[in-house]
Amino acid sequence: MNGAAQIIPQATDYIRLLPEIVLSIFGMVIMLIDPLIDERRSQRKLGAIALVGSLAAIVATIFQAQYPGLGFWNMIQVDAFSIFFHFLVAAVTAVVILTSYEYMAVQEIRAGEYYGLILFGAVGMSLMSSAVELVLIFIALEISSISTYILAGFRRRAAISSEASVKYFLLGSFATAFFLYGVAMMFGATGSTSIRDIGLVLASGHVPLLAYAGVALMFVGLAFKVAAAPFHIWTPDVYEGAPSPVVGFMSTAPKAAVFAVLLRVMFEAHAPGRIWLIWVVAALSMTIGNLGALLQDNVKRLLAYSSIAHAGYLLVAFAALPDNGIPAAMFYTATYAAMNVGAFAVVSHFGSAGERYVSLEDYSGLGSRSPMLAAILTVFLLSLIGIPITGGFFAKFYVFSAALQANLVGLVIIGVINSAIAAYYYLRIIVFMYMREPRTEAPVTPVPAALGVALAISVVATIYLGILPGRVLEYAGRTATEWMR
Amino acid sequence: MSSALDSWILTLVTFIPLAGGLLLFAFPRRDRDIRLFALVVSLLDFVLSLHLPVHFQRAQDGFQYAVNTPWIPTPNIHYHMGVDGISMWLVVLTTFLTPLCVLISWKSIHDRVKEFFILLLILETALIGVFVSLDLFLFYFFWEATLIPMALLIGIYGHGRKVYAAVKFFLFTMIASVFMLAAILWLYAKTGTFDFTAIQSAIHSGQVENFAAAAPWLFLGFFIAFAVKVPLFPVHTWLPDAHVEAPTAGSVLLAGVLLKMGTYGMLRFNLGLFPDQSRSNAPWIVALAIIGIIYGALVAMVQPNMKKLIAYSSISHLGFVVLGIFSFTQLGLDGATFVMLAHGVSTGALFMLAGIIYERRHTYEISEYGGLATPMPIYSAFFLFIVLSSLGLPLLNGFIGEFLVLSGAFRDHAIYGILGATGVIWSACYLLWMYQRVFFGKVKHAVNNTLPDLSTRERIALWPAAIAALVMGVAPLLWLNSIDPAVHNALAPFTQMASKVVGQ
Repeated sequence: MNGAAQIIPQATDYIRLLPEIVLSIFGMVIMLIDPLIDERRSQRKLGAIALVGSLAAIVATIFQAQYPGLGFWNMIQVDAFSIFFHFLVAAVTAVVILTSYEYMAVQEIRAGEYYGLILFGAVGMSLMSSAVELVLIFIALEISSISTYILAGFRRRAAISSEASVKYFLLGSFATAFFLYGVAMMFGATGSTSIRDIGLVLASGHVPLLAYAGVALMFVGLAFKVAAAPFHIWTPDVYEGAPSPVVGFMSTAPKAAVFAVLLRVMFEAHAPGRIWLIWVVAALSMTIGNLGALLQDNVKRLLAYSSIAHAGYLLVAFAALPDNGIPAAMFYTATYAAMNVGAFAVVSHFGSAGERYVSLEDYSGLGSRSPMLAAILTVFLLSLIGIPITGGFFAKFYVFSAALQANLVGLVIIGVINSAIAAYYYLRIIVFMYMREPRTEAPVTPVPAALGVALAISVVATIYLGILPGRVLEYAGRTATEWMR
Repeated sequence: MSSALDSWILTLVTFIPLAGGLLLFAFPRRDRDIRLFALVVSLLDFVLSLHLPVHFQRAQDGFQYAVNTPWIPTPNIHYHMGVDGISMWLVVLTTFLTPLCVLISWKSIHDRVKEFFILLLILETALIGVFVSLDLFLFYFFWEATLIPMALLIGIYGHGRKVYAAVKFFLFTMIASVFMLAAILWLYAKTGTFDFTAIQSAIHSGQVENFAAAAPWLFLGFFIAFAVKVPLFPVHTWLPDAHVEAPTAGSVLLAGVLLKMGTYGMLRFNLGLFPDQSRSNAPWIVALAIIGIIYGALVAMVQPNMKKLIAYSSISHLGFVVLGIFSFTQLGLDGATFVMLAHGVSTGALFMLAGIIYERRHTYEISEYGGLATPMPIYSAFFLFIVLSSLGLPLLNGFIGEFLVLSGAFRDHAIYGILGATGVIWSACYLLWMYQRVFFGKVKHAVNNTLPDLSTRERIALWPAAIAALVMGVAPLLWLNSIDPAVHNALAPFTQMASKVVGQ
């Protein structure tokens, strides 16, 4: 243990933590500047700082990629996997900040800490993907969760938003406790909290019974965070109440990060009993999510159920073999992030002051009232259905073919039937937009530049992943080979 | 000279409409220019597609004009295109009908014109893509891609219960094709390739593990997707709705080309990949096809709505195609392919004719008309010609295909031929009866007295279809001599199978 002997961290240690450091610094700068500048004009400036912060994090990630390896006494690891998720989290953060610009102005929310919290959340999420030590993972999970609890309650004038925040906080803390309990049991079973060491113990053949309990409890905690059934009950209420850009954020970035943790726990740590645990939860999530979404008239709730279903599709990849399951899962998280953050950007723009216009009825005739916005939302919805030329198609495709290679025919059939059901409710939104008479009372304001950029990034990413998925998949595939060594 | 073009021609023919559609996005909203541009693009594509039959090597086996470059490394997806005598003509049919669709929609579409032609051109690309793809993945890609523009065309530009029809169309075909996706994925998981010919040879040489156990399900997976598209008898209910509510151009492409995706798929994939399963499942499939022929015809007969009548006649005609395919005889398959083409031309033209009268009176009800021959003599002459071609009058296109199918079916099982042949009689009944009620006798409603006859534009749209119907009827060999070798290839696994099969 060379690293453990060193008391003073080396420069490379800091490089391996660079994106998190950058994000924290920018977050703190925002908190410090916030009281100093005029409240009415603070929004744009702070937002700009946050945007620069997230872009700096992307640069830091690219820089960091040249220094792969372990850091800080083997607690964090920079590899293709962590780079992938760092990049994803930072990109989503940037898009969400761009979306928030207009939203904060329209909703008249004056609070600089909003942007700070987004950056702090991103710190936790980034750290989750590079942490290889369960206690550090727990800390990262808490950093990310606590920021999102607060962010969920940011529409202070709306009772529903406070309700969302409290509900999310109470249930979330409960779930984190489960995770921590699982970590403790894992430590008891294997004598280590390092994922690599746990993996060595569990892969050696003898699996203590306690490890099963540990995995199950950790899984419960993580499944709650990704809104997988049967731990999904909070999702529709929280998504409905929370500010739309925040929903776009918390349905993508933290989820991606938790999936990263799940990938490490399931595959790198060789978690026992993986396939059946995942099988049941994936099947339940897909089915409950899609059936629930069929009944929704509120677009935000509909997308909440859809995110439950997508967590289910994603979990299918976890039941597959590592060498194609891991890349499939990573590709899915990236695609889902692109299309969902984009969809919520449209929802948040269209919601207007107080998020009044979020029911399906309000979307009637959007196709003729705002052709561009409707076309963009259609791209995201088609991608969520999984139609070719969009990333969603390849995402589903990779997941299901990975599962088939592991001979999980039953799970694939459930998934395939579910994606057919899902087509119906996404299609309903498109039908409302294009085939219903416009309703005049829901106004459509012109799209501001920042939101335009955010939408453009999401659309381009969604379509890029749908036409040339090769490079992203190949990059994700490196992880599998690194871990299999 | 042509060799340079040969490797590019399929890519060009497939993607020129899409490129045109994307260019249209940038167009100013001047409807006239947009229509003209769409017409030019679709005509250009048609002219280019004629390169295919002109330079087609009839003596040569297998797929021609092939391009095969890797597209995505993992999974192993190739941009693999190529045509044989069957798919080549379906491509030409598509490019032939699209300019006519543009012409026929010239006036009838006046709202959101730009989006209409964009969708139409995107649809053309997707349709051609389906026929030229030799990579199963690429095939599925285009297959699904046809759904959206078609559903939008129906849902936005249709009439009456258009939303219901569009959603029904989308869901029926989407749900069914998901089963095909599962089957394709299974094949990929076992063979590691999406390449049609590679999978085919892997299956025939028995290299695919567990194939015997999975084959019935795989066959069904493909078959369900195709059967809904055709549509075969119990899953046909989306078709009348979609047709009645669709705009004319939508109906033309729907009946003319979209339905053929199903029969083409059966021919290429069900027969090509699962010969044993095709053979053992043939009895019930043929039964459904015959039910479709008779049921479609009988229901067509009692339709008060002209467009619905034509829609049900499609079900009946497509029954012939399925019957021909699952007779596993050279004649039957030749005929099936020919019926696909002939039906595309005649039924496409019938829908155009129905659309023309709808533009004038805004109704498809047969009882609203009567005696139209007096005010609209040219229109009624065209209508008669197309009706005759559709019901299978010798020397016109419908006859050749149905004759071949029926003689193929006779060789397979006499009873198939006998039952199928009744369909020819029925089609004469419902089409002629409809014609009589619409055109003969005295003008029943005074408004019909003043209906203007065909305009020049409408005539330009109808002449090509009428000429094609005649040429196909008089000189079917132009088509059959390239279809024949392709069918021979498609039947190769059946002749190899065992001594008990193929009754020749």
